[in-house]
Amino acid sequence: MTAVNGAYDVDAIRRDFPILGESVYGKTLVYLDNGASAQKPRAVIDSVAHVYEAEYANVHRGVHYMSQKATDAMEAAREKARALINAEHAHEAIFVRGATEGINLVASSWGRANLAPGDEIVLSVMEHHSNIVPWQIVAEQTGAAIRVAPISDEGVLDMDALEALIGPRTRMVAITHVSNALGTVVPVDEVVRLARRVGALVLLDGCQAVPHMAVDVRALDADFYVFSGHKLYGPSGIGVLYGKEALLKAMPPYQGGGEMIESVTFEKTTYAALPFRFEAGTPHIAGAIGLGAAIDYVTGIGFERIAAHEHDVLDYATERLGALNSVRLIGTAPDKAAIVSFNLEDVHPHDVGTILDREGVAVRTGHHCAQPVMDRFDVAATVRASFGLYNTRREVDALVDALGRVQEIFGR
Amino acid sequence: MIDLRSLYQDVILDHSRNPRNSGPLEPHSHSANGNNPLCGDRIRVYVRLANGTIDNIGFEAKGCAISVASASMMTELIKGGGVEEARAIFARFHDVVTRKGDISEAEIEALDKLATLIGVREFPMRIKCATLPWHTMAAALDGVADDVTTE
Repeated sequence: MTAVNGAYDVDAIRRDFPILGESVYGKTLVYLDNGASAQKPRAVIDSVAHVYEAEYANVHRGVHYMSQKATDAMEAAREKARALINAEHAHEAIFVRGATEGINLVASSWGRANLAPGDEIVLSVMEHHSNIVPWQIVAEQTGAAIRVAPISDEGVLDMDALEALIGPRTRMVAITHVSNALGTVVPVDEVVRLARRVGALVLLDGCQAVPHMAVDVRALDADFYVFSGHKLYGPSGIGVLYGKEALLKAMPPYQGGGEMIESVTFEKTTYAALPFRFEAGTPHIAGAIGLGAAIDYVTGIGFERIAAHEHDVLDYATERLGALNSVRLIGTAPDKAAIVSFNLEDVHPHDVGTILDREGVAVRTGHHCAQPVMDRFDVAATVRASFGLYNTRREVDALVDALGRVQEIFGR
Repeated sequence: MIDLRSLYQDVILDHSRNPRNSGPLEPHSHSANGNNPLCGDRIRVYVRLANGTIDNIGFEAKGCAISVASASMMTELIKGGGVEEARAIFARFHDVVTRKGDISEAEIEALDKLATLIGVREFPMRIKCATLPWHTMAAALDGVADDVTTE
């Protein structure tokens, strides 16, 4: 385990991640696709293995020893999730499959109960599809309308336009905390302030924020906040929906089944208390516990130090890529986190991605599930390098060298 | 290690930079849109049929070097030929690039200039790039109303 104090020892951190020692096509893996999913430290891998080896049974059901052990471990993980985002109560942290399910839960449960024809949902143009499509579905079902706030050429949310869009019919403002395609950090406290003036609720998509910065949902006064475990160095298939207690209590169930009930008869079923009323069925027990281990891991290092390190790598990458004549950076907001998106002149991102891959460099190429952003910048796709707490300047150099190989092959 | 040069041969780079028969074709008798939802590649293929012959063909593509080169070569190969011949070329090409097992010299030879594209066999994520224009051409000939996708 990495030392908490002292200088940021990235080499020691890297040793915590077994996969970083793997090679691909005979080259050292340079993993720059953390925005899609982050790698797992030994502590998380061991934690998941330990669940199945020593403390596994179904949760919240059995009176037997193993069920109690598993339940305790899972509820301890919920408390870690609460602390991570500084929620008031652990039962405000609902375990879901990921941010996508969290947003679908709110759109479906809160949306169908509260939206009426003519009501408005405000999004931004840089939302991930998972923060667009669930709202489109519920808008279609309820007659609500969707309004979209624009961004500048740098990829900064246009706050004046957002202010103008948020009006008396606005019921929900659903905005990303950090753009997955551009890396832009959105001033979400200001978004909340604008929403409050008309009494609208705010859902923040924290997928790309939670791995890189300390998040305080109470300081932000966010009504809902979602994030995925797998981007936070935890297992896939687990994530958290935070909702204010009063809001969650007033929402109808999302899925019906076991665990979410208090009593069932064919005449009337009553629902369980929070958080269980939103956790129908057997949850991803080992995933939740593994997420707890991931939270311990990142908080053990400290977000201040993680952010400082990642900013250094991001600044270095921006500088090195920006110095290449053939590179067009997409997303140049002054406040960014861990993501650099770009295109090479005359070479399609997929071709870039294939060539980088053969050099051992893993990046994401495509539309990043954010097609409206691509349209905004009039590109079909971009190359995206996204950094995590274990990435280094050396790896940025490897990326730039690999781009040289692209130029070689494409003869420029 | 598989050489990237086998994927990005000069012929492919040439076709991708200077695609033949690029641009909308007016008038046309058949057209279809194709897209690869995974990566956002989009193509529109136009065909003008006259007496069962592909009298002319054109395409507009927003895609990678592989998909544009494949579309460009496709237009060269099937322009002026019969509809069934075009389908047969597609079937041969599709079989060779998607089949897991070995392929024979004769099969490669039968592909004519498409043989330069068989490098995608070693890049599974890129096979769809090579086949998208062909699926779209087939959809145009079938008169499929909906967009085709590679999924």
